[in-house]
Amino acid sequence: MSDQLRPPAAGVIHDIGYRHYDGPRLGRFAITQALTVSSLRHAYGLGRSGKSKVMPILLLAVMVVPVAIMVGIENALQFDNPPLSQMRYIFFLQAVIALYLASQAPQLFSRDLRYGSIVLYLARPLRRTDYALAKLTALALALMVLMGLPMVILYAGALLAKFDFTLMTKEFLSGLVTALLLSILLAAIGGLIAAATPRRGFAVAAIIAVLIVSFTAVTVVTAILDPEGTHRDVASRYANLGSPFSLVEVLASFVLRGGGDWVPNTTQGLVFAAVYLLVVAGCCWGVNARYAKVARG
Amino acid sequence: MPVIATTALTKRYPRVTALDELTVEVGSGVTGLVGANGAGKSTLLKILLGLIAPTAGSAIVLGHDVVTGGEAVRALVGYMPEHDCLPPDVSATEFVVHLGQMSGLPATAARERAADVLRHVGLDEARYRPMGGYSTGMKQRVKLAQALTHDPKLVLLDEPTNGLDPAGRDEMLALVRRIGTEFGIPVLITSHLLGELEHVCDHIVVLDGGRLLRSESKAALTGETGVLAVEVRDLGGRDRLGAALDRAGARARPDGPLVLVEITGEETYDVVRDTVAELGLGLVRIEQHRHRLEEVFSV
Repeated sequence: MSDQLRPPAAGVIHDIGYRHYDGPRLGRFAITQALTVSSLRHAYGLGRSGKSKVMPILLLAVMVVPVAIMVGIENALQFDNPPLSQMRYIFFLQAVIALYLASQAPQLFSRDLRYGSIVLYLARPLRRTDYALAKLTALALALMVLMGLPMVILYAGALLAKFDFTLMTKEFLSGLVTALLLSILLAAIGGLIAAATPRRGFAVAAIIAVLIVSFTAVTVVTAILDPEGTHRDVASRYANLGSPFSLVEVLASFVLRGGGDWVPNTTQGLVFAAVYLLVVAGCCWGVNARYAKVARG
Repeated sequence: MPVIATTALTKRYPRVTALDELTVEVGSGVTGLVGANGAGKSTLLKILLGLIAPTAGSAIVLGHDVVTGGEAVRALVGYMPEHDCLPPDVSATEFVVHLGQMSGLPATAARERAADVLRHVGLDEARYRPMGGYSTGMKQRVKLAQALTHDPKLVLLDEPTNGLDPAGRDEMLALVRRIGTEFGIPVLITSHLLGELEHVCDHIVVLDGGRLLRSESKAALTGETGVLAVEVRDLGGRDRLGAALDRAGARARPDGPLVLVEITGEETYDVVRDTVAELGLGLVRIEQHRHRLEEVFSV
């Protein structure tokens, strides 16, 4: 038979049977870290379908392209002073940040609930608090990337344009602190809303509503209480507690002693700090409680 | 040492008792956990994984108490849930690698293991495509693969044949059998269909309303009974044989085309042989009757 004469095919797969694994098994901390990294990648669509990359990359581009152009112009025309500080830039583009949060928080939180894959995580060594914490950290880091990247470009551009180094570095660091405060707060709020529902659409709408409505409300209330925009009226100052963006703007001015429209006094600053911590802690607790319910169900 | 041992395990919800003083042991090989919907199968699996706490009693899995050592248990156990649990926008490879890491495997080991187990469950070219386009059979295979990816010391399979067509069902059961024998991993598999567990399990645990109905080796459950099944050429012959056996003092009753004769001793065989010969009937077969699990369950 010709079969017997034929040489063995090059790509034969031999069934070597089932192999046991006796290598290292990592602990909870390493697992949490791995989940954070993969969630962060997912927040930018990496490792997921091409379609899911569109929104995050588009929004990142919207954040980055204007500063890139600005840096180009300030260098080409040799400006004496930077046209915009890092901290201002964040609040200038807060709608983009809100959109990013609304589009990606459900990807990190609602997705596992909607497709039931949360069960597979809960059946593994990770505790549900680890899971919740990893997801919240990943979302905060993703927001940090979204805000940090344009800041780095602004900073690099400022150095290229030979603006005052100390001043620029100070502004850059202030910007990073503000971005960090905002990232953590937004991640906590967005995470709680997204974890509450397995329906992605609901979560998107709810996050947008909460961010836009609260900010509009704060703007309107401050405008009524402080029609001249002097920022002296105490009630109008406290009104800024009503939205995550204004809350962080005031808190950052307090922590950094400047940078915003006005600097709160110590009492006001401490109130803002307390509210910030309470909201973050409350949201994290809420996310955790939500997963406790999922685990029981 | 048993792989799973529960002692008076009880789970009460405000209005319903899901498990009621369940004491059962599960050893190596494939064990079937059988019961109607709501019999407490899924509750038992969740308690064994340490996901919900029992109201009373205790459960030891692989030497760890599930209440105090849930984490250790989950590191050693693979779990295949009953319901859908696969995100549609990632590939099987990507997903199984990720879940391997979630079980504590380093990244490279997770990759190797994922490739291995996906090959074992028979998912070949499709494993690089997003799972949204998979058939039910392929999805069940991925669900099984993720339960095996960290080389567990025990796998809990919750209704793995759910939604599969007969061919897919047979393949899945063959795979389960291989895991229990060739892979050497103890398996606890739940089902509400007794017939399908008959072929793959070494041991069967039957739950009813949260209570243990039976826990026996399959041989014992479906073991020989004292009944001889006799089939003769036509139905008229069946009736004549039945009547003649009655007259000869044997206890016989018709069952479909068969006559079932209670075996009282060696002489029963002789009586049946002689009676058939006397009547001049065409004997089709004569065999010892085995219980099927359905009958066990209906008792």
